[in-house]
Amino acid sequence: MSLSRRLLDILNFLALIAMLIAVYMALIEAPDAINVDPAIRPAQRIIYFHVPSAWSSMLAFFVAFIASILYLITKRVRWDIWARSASELGIAFTIAAIISGSMWAKPAWNTYWTWDPRLTTYTIVLLLYIAYFMLRGAIDEPSRRARLAAVYGIFAFLSVPLTFMSIRWWNTIHPVIVDNPENPNKFGLGPNMRITFMFTNIAFLILFVTLLANRISLGWAEERLDALKEKLNF
Amino acid sequence: MKRYLDVVWAVLWKDLRIELRSKDVFTSMAVFAVLAVMIFNFAFELRVPDKTVVIPGVLWVTITFSGVLGLGRSFISEKDRGSIAGLLLAPVDRSAIYFGKMLANLLFILIVEAFLLPLMVIFFNTNFVSPALLLLLFLGTLGFAAVGTIFSGLAVNTRTREILLPVLLFPVMLPVLMAGIRATIGLMEGDSIADLAKWFNLVFFFDILYIVVAYLTFDYVVEE
Amino acid sequence: MMTTPLIEVTRLRKAFGRHRVLKGIDMRIEAGSSVVMFGPNGAGKTTFLRILATLSKPTSGTVRVAGVDIRDNPEGIRQYLGLVGHAPLLYDDLTAYENLRFYARLYGMEASGERIRELLERVGLWHRRHDLVRTFSRGMVQRMAIARALLHNPPILLLDEPDTGLDPQAAEMMTDLLREIGGSERTIIMTTHHLERGLALADRVLILVGGEIVFDQPASDIDYQELRPLYDAYVGEGVVA
Repeated sequence: MSLSRRLLDILNFLALIAMLIAVYMALIEAPDAINVDPAIRPAQRIIYFHVPSAWSSMLAFFVAFIASILYLITKRVRWDIWARSASELGIAFTIAAIISGSMWAKPAWNTYWTWDPRLTTYTIVLLLYIAYFMLRGAIDEPSRRARLAAVYGIFAFLSVPLTFMSIRWWNTIHPVIVDNPENPNKFGLGPNMRITFMFTNIAFLILFVTLLANRISLGWAEERLDALKEKLNF
Repeated sequence: MKRYLDVVWAVLWKDLRIELRSKDVFTSMAVFAVLAVMIFNFAFELRVPDKTVVIPGVLWVTITFSGVLGLGRSFISEKDRGSIAGLLLAPVDRSAIYFGKMLANLLFILIVEAFLLPLMVIFFNTNFVSPALLLLLFLGTLGFAAVGTIFSGLAVNTRTREILLPVLLFPVMLPVLMAGIRATIGLMEGDSIADLAKWFNLVFFFDILYIVVAYLTFDYVVEE
Repeated sequence: MMTTPLIEVTRLRKAFGRHRVLKGIDMRIEAGSSVVMFGPNGAGKTTFLRILATLSKPTSGTVRVAGVDIRDNPEGIRQYLGLVGHAPLLYDDLTAYENLRFYARLYGMEASGERIRELLERVGLWHRRHDLVRTFSRGMVQRMAIARALLHNPPILLLDEPDTGLDPQAAEMMTDLLREIGGSERTIIMTTHHLERGLALADRVLILVGGEIVFDQPASDIDYQELRPLYDAYVGEGVVA
């Protein structure tokens, strides 16, 4: 077994432990949020899943952005694998954030969907990165695919803050109906809740790094498989 | 620098000359724009008490949808006839080719707008055009042409081509659309540019940012 | 004494993804020579010419033109290159004159009127100068393509199968034209599928197979009777000129 394989195993194990503890803390250890309606207190615990997912997705897209730039500069296959792996994870975490967000929205605001700036931005971001993979899927030649996807990855990432800003400014014409559930300060997290919140964020960070490492290693395996197929004229 | 500008100008002139001969792009953009405005008109006529409230949305959506038709063609003819290589052989930095094509696209869309605005004034029976609106339209169209031109170069290298372009382009263009619609509403309600400064600034910032990024990345779009 | 060759290619490799098209090409080309390159389809001839023309970037290895690495100054080197490719690089909706006028501006030529007239007369199209290129026959388009490539009087002319798709008469006419413009100063690198026509122009013959040079000799040393079977073995007979 190679060293990188062993490291990956350690990482996998660490992520498992961290996530188990995170689930325990989020569901059992953390106290109920006393400042919300009793009926939605269980739903409030989604925050421990929702916010780390959202942050992980942004981190993933940022990694993809940097990898895209590095690809254009160096033209190394490595950075293309990084870019597409991170973008994929970003999509997964974005979907997790959107779904968990609407799971919270239903009991809290009696609707699955609000045109909240963050939720709307995340949906646009999801579309951006679906477009990124559609672009990849429509190009057969690997080096061209990597090059053009990297260009799009740079444009896509840079548009995220602009989109967020425009949607937030747009909404200021309407009264703000609800406080933002994602903001822990406004929410007044108690000390125990804050520890849980911090820990789940760290656990998700470990999960993100683990998934990325696994996805990248899978990416290399795909490369080798393609090379073998080509050799065998498969 | 003069050499560079000469090439920008030559590419722009070439695209205009060809368009004046064939009128392919302009005709389809203009016909589409008229159709879109008419369809919107019918769609809102019975349900919206005052049709003028939908003008900002109709204006920007029509420009975006008809614009993407023209942008899609920008690199397709070059690619299919192989003439793109002729441009790339020019002994000048390749961003000059980008700027030439971008200016040509900008001009095409602006001409469609020049044609669309009076039409909408007549159809909606309201004069909503003001110098501030023209400035806003120009800034928005500049950003649209800047991103659209380079994405057209991306899309032409794919199997799906024109189908892919709007999918790539619209999510990135969203800030410009939102700012454009929101500021148009403001202008129609009598706000001054100063009141709407953040929207104008947002579009202006978008333009600068993406022109710079396109300048930096265009080489990678056309190299092999 | 000329010590540096005009074009110096060192360990040139090009891969598209994992697909290796050029597998280490070394070549020195002296100024004024006419190099003709044969090879089956997919051998990498077009890729090689596109790299020389700075349209494609090498994966590794270097190409120097007059001692300058093409990666260091591609813009400068393009001024010295003319390319006739598979595609004519002309615009159907522009007239012959407008096409050349446009390219003259890309090459920064100030007063190009005289030069355009000279070239159009040379390729026998001056009388058609105000006609759209879309009305031209394949042979006329190809002559236009050569005029376009020569516009800025480049010392190096790259020709990628300029005779493909031409009828024998038009191809003959083009060979004469190329011989005439070649002269002793211009360096020509050409690929073709037509052995006889290629040999008529060459003073050096190369055969490229699978991204590698398998044959490289001065034309004066070559006996056609010996080359023919070799050519058939490498390039195959299935290729129609």
